Amino acid sequence: MDKKAAPPVLIFWIIAGWVGYCLLPWYMLEDGFLSFDWLVDGYPFEEDYAPALFLIGQGEKLWLAPLLAALTLPLFALRRAKSDPLYAGLLILSGALGFGWLIAQGFGIGIRGFNFNWLETMFGDLGDRQFGMGYGGMITASAFLFLLTQGIAARGAINGDVFVVSAIGGVIAIVTAFVFFPIAKMLFAAFVTDDGAYSLSVFAAKFFDDRLWGLGCLAGARCGAAWNSLFLAILVGLITTVLGLCFALVVTRSGFRYKRAIRALTVLPIITPPFVIGLALILLFGLSGTVTVFVSDLFGTQPTRWLYGMPGVLIAQTLAFTPIAFLVLIGVVEGVSPSMEEAAQTLRANRWQTFRTVSLPLMRPGLANAFLLGFIESMADFGNPLVLGGNFDVLSTEIFFAIVGAQYDQGRAAVLAMVLLFFTLSAFYAQRAWLGKKSYTTVSGKGDAGVHPLMPNGLAIPVMGVALGWALFTAVVYAMIIYGSVVELWGVNNSLTFKHYVTAFSVRFEAEGIRWTGAAWDSFWTTITIAAIAAPLTAAVGLVTAYLLTRQSFAGKNAFEFGTMLSFAIPGTVIGVSYILAFNVPPIEITGTGVILVISFIFRNMPVGVRAGIASMSQLDKSLDESSLTLGANSWQTFRRVILPLLRPAILAALVYSFVRAMTAISAVIFLVSAEYDMATSYIIGRVENNDYGLAIAYSTTLIFVMLTAVGLLQFLVGRVQIGRRTSFGAGRSS
Amino acid sequence: MSDTVISSKAAPVRFEGVSKVFGKDVIAVDNIDLHVQAGRLVTLLGPSGCGKTTTLRMIAGLEMASSGRILIGDRDVTKLPATDRDVSMVFQSYALFPHMSVLENVMYGLTFSGFAKEEARNRALTGLELVGLKGFDTRLPSELSGGQQQRVAVARALVLEPQVLLFDEPLSNLDAKLRRQVREDIRAIQQDLGLTVVYVTHDQEEALAVSDEIVVMRNAAIAQIGTPRALYDAPNDRFVADFIGEANLIACEIVSVAGELATIEIENYQHTLPARGLPPGPATLAVRPSRILTGGATGVEATVDKATYVGVRMEYTLTGAFGQVFAVEDNVDTPFEIGTTLRMSFAEKGPVLLPNAP
Repeated sequence: MDKKAAPPVLIFWIIAGWVGYCLLPWYMLEDGFLSFDWLVDGYPFEEDYAPALFLIGQGEKLWLAPLLAALTLPLFALRRAKSDPLYAGLLILSGALGFGWLIAQGFGIGIRGFNFNWLETMFGDLGDRQFGMGYGGMITASAFLFLLTQGIAARGAINGDVFVVSAIGGVIAIVTAFVFFPIAKMLFAAFVTDDGAYSLSVFAAKFFDDRLWGLGCLAGARCGAAWNSLFLAILVGLITTVLGLCFALVVTRSGFRYKRAIRALTVLPIITPPFVIGLALILLFGLSGTVTVFVSDLFGTQPTRWLYGMPGVLIAQTLAFTPIAFLVLIGVVEGVSPSMEEAAQTLRANRWQTFRTVSLPLMRPGLANAFLLGFIESMADFGNPLVLGGNFDVLSTEIFFAIVGAQYDQGRAAVLAMVLLFFTLSAFYAQRAWLGKKSYTTVSGKGDAGVHPLMPNGLAIPVMGVALGWALFTAVVYAMIIYGSVVELWGVNNSLTFKHYVTAFSVRFEAEGIRWTGAAWDSFWTTITIAAIAAPLTAAVGLVTAYLLTRQSFAGKNAFEFGTMLSFAIPGTVIGVSYILAFNVPPIEITGTGVILVISFIFRNMPVGVRAGIASMSQLDKSLDESSLTLGANSWQTFRRVILPLLRPAILAALVYSFVRAMTAISAVIFLVSAEYDMATSYIIGRVENNDYGLAIAYSTTLIFVMLTAVGLLQFLVGRVQIGRRTSFGAGRSS
Repeated sequence: MSDTVISSKAAPVRFEGVSKVFGKDVIAVDNIDLHVQAGRLVTLLGPSGCGKTTTLRMIAGLEMASSGRILIGDRDVTKLPATDRDVSMVFQSYALFPHMSVLENVMYGLTFSGFAKEEARNRALTGLELVGLKGFDTRLPSELSGGQQQRVAVARALVLEPQVLLFDEPLSNLDAKLRRQVREDIRAIQQDLGLTVVYVTHDQEEALAVSDEIVVMRNAAIAQIGTPRALYDAPNDRFVADFIGEANLIACEIVSVAGELATIEIENYQHTLPARGLPPGPATLAVRPSRILTGGATGVEATVDKATYVGVRMEYTLTGAFGQVFAVEDNVDTPFEIGTTLRMSFAEKGPVLLPNAP
């Protein structure tokens, strides 16, 4: 197998590099690349559309010229054997030089010439400027990156496996660019003074702000947003954990008949846009809410605005996040080995003693886990506080108002985001470092015979009462959503109408085709399109990462894992703010485009894909990969022909969940939407702010049903795939 | 059906001072030298954790040697990944791809070796015929029995005409009856095609039955290399003697050495046997159970502790001042009663002298 010809991957990336440099427009295009206006508008000589080669040919943007040298280097590697040290050396040199230079010039030179004063003092005024990188720049940058990884592979890293080294390099590059870089940029923004210098005192002034840390509420005034958020998150964490535990106990340890209905609860948070619960609560308990009106009629009291503030947000978040706690705890409660409990019973403990001394202590790490999840979710939640918060300031909404409100204070937004990030990361870290080692629920392959004992009666009755009561409340809330969407004007004119649906989703059939005349169609199609583009990319990035984490070992793997899972703990508002700060200026200038939405979804939802991938990949025996390798397939072919086909259910799940999550997301999105790319959720929030509840609720209901269909379709498809799998796996893995 | 012929490109394998260290200080294989001749079936045998599977995986390229050189044929493959080595492996779990039919499984490797589709297909069918699975090509692996799956795995590896074919405990998932048959099939194919095979097992009987040569491993190192007969008849040390077949180890005293022959003494009973280079002094005598003679006029005094009738022979446990030994006797018609005191001596051929524990 001593092939003389250069590997096709190498040829591909060399060509890609040259194409990016010589043929594609180097800079970002105003009208977008895909409109292809640029092709007929003076290309390739017009400065705005010109490829890099034509630019320097005309004596402009000469700082792009050194890239030419870096692009030429790998040509000398073409004739050499892979084992030749020069082959690796040339590629590493070319890749590192090209990639490094691209980054350096990108950050060094911006829209106002040199970005740093010391550069200007050294070289004098540049007299030129550059905008964000376009497709040309991006493809050339990728080419340099993958030339570098091929060089590193040829040096013998990871057994010289080009695919694995490139995958690691690629994931590190994009996670750095779209998670770490924006966060770092945001952290710096917290120290920037009005005239652009860095100063600690600016940070201190914004950090030790009374609006952030004030403790006035102890004396009857208002508290700072940080305390509010913390207090709310702790309460939500506690309450959702208790409720989730009740539900889990009812499902696993009671004679309750309609367990399936309760299990169906778990699908709710997946399909519900986060602020919808808040809307439904307004319909019930708002000033003109059903319950409010009923109570005030009954007792003759004046309706109050008690809902707007802490109580409303607390109820809404509890409703929204209890199913998540339930989902976590059901695994924990089922994971307690029945034989432990049976052993306790044979040792003469009664059911109550068994529960108190064995079952509950074994569940403890799971309970802590559920609490931390509820805590993180509450901290990060943006929709409900926005709709119901009133004067109750929390960090996530304060960040938003700092950026979009009259104050427009990037530094304050950055400081608030840092505080929020500190809270969620601490919880995330606690969850991993402390709970990671403490899980008692080890599910071994051995069948654990036995059944869970029922709860003792003294416990069963209150638990059932709480769980069923809350389930009923949840049902009422969701019924309200549907009902509210067909009411003319809530509390004023309660006649039934489809008016809101018509306003939102009317269509006209005309000679030239369908005209989408409804007000919501624009944002609806944008949402579907963006979510549909983001979903496969999310799944791909997630699965490749999962493959690297489960199947490969390399130096720094733990840090790699932590980095990729980190975006789970970064609240959407923080992502939103940091993206605005980072991608508003070259070298990556994508605010206001659809691309930034797609990218934010990929990195917000990546942990979903990674987890799905890890879960199913660890089920596949490693000897399958190994036998494929010994049969002459390389690791890319193994990944494509053995692992991917066996992962079909995981891929499907990752696809659908990232699609659905992209449709329900609001916190990051609301910072990133533009007039051209408005998303459903931010459109709905806009309606709410205009008190147009009817339309907002009708639109939300539609979204819920769209996503219910998607999830249902997934369950149907995955169910079938799994049956197919079982028949074809059976004997292959038993024995 | 097709005139495709599967032949072999058998090549020798050579290890030169190869070590494998996992993590910082877990030594799985410690500086071993090994030469597997082309066309031979060599077994790596040893208790679990002795490094035999790691050695095999280093030949495959699934583990990379930490130091030393590995050559296949005259090519240095030390740094080559599995994909680029001309080696195939049959896994303990077979590792058939569950989503591909039997034929697709067997064709899998061929499609990466530059065969045209039609030729790959013919080769795969020939391979299946060779392992006696003609007509099973459209089945899924799950529709085959364990033994059939095993043979698909062998066919899949064979059709690539690898320089070396590796087996990782291929019989451990089969029931006892099938084991003997599959073992014989593997040996027959290996001899017909003249393949170089490296075979890992922890079952000494299996190793004795299939091998041209056995490499006994212990604690990450090679304890002894030899033909099955040499290992059985002339083990180097107590470990090998005990691991290959059963051996009774009895302390003895070499009283004199004359040329090649040594005279030993156990409780005043003297026996003469090859000295194997040992000087006079304390040593260990290794005797197979079948080489212990009972009921003679001379010998070491022993008492029958247990007597078990197993059909074809009698099995005795004898105790005495030397300790305890296990002996078998073909005479089933007039067995010794438990408690009988008798004289125990040793057959002329068979017993070997071992140095006392290093």
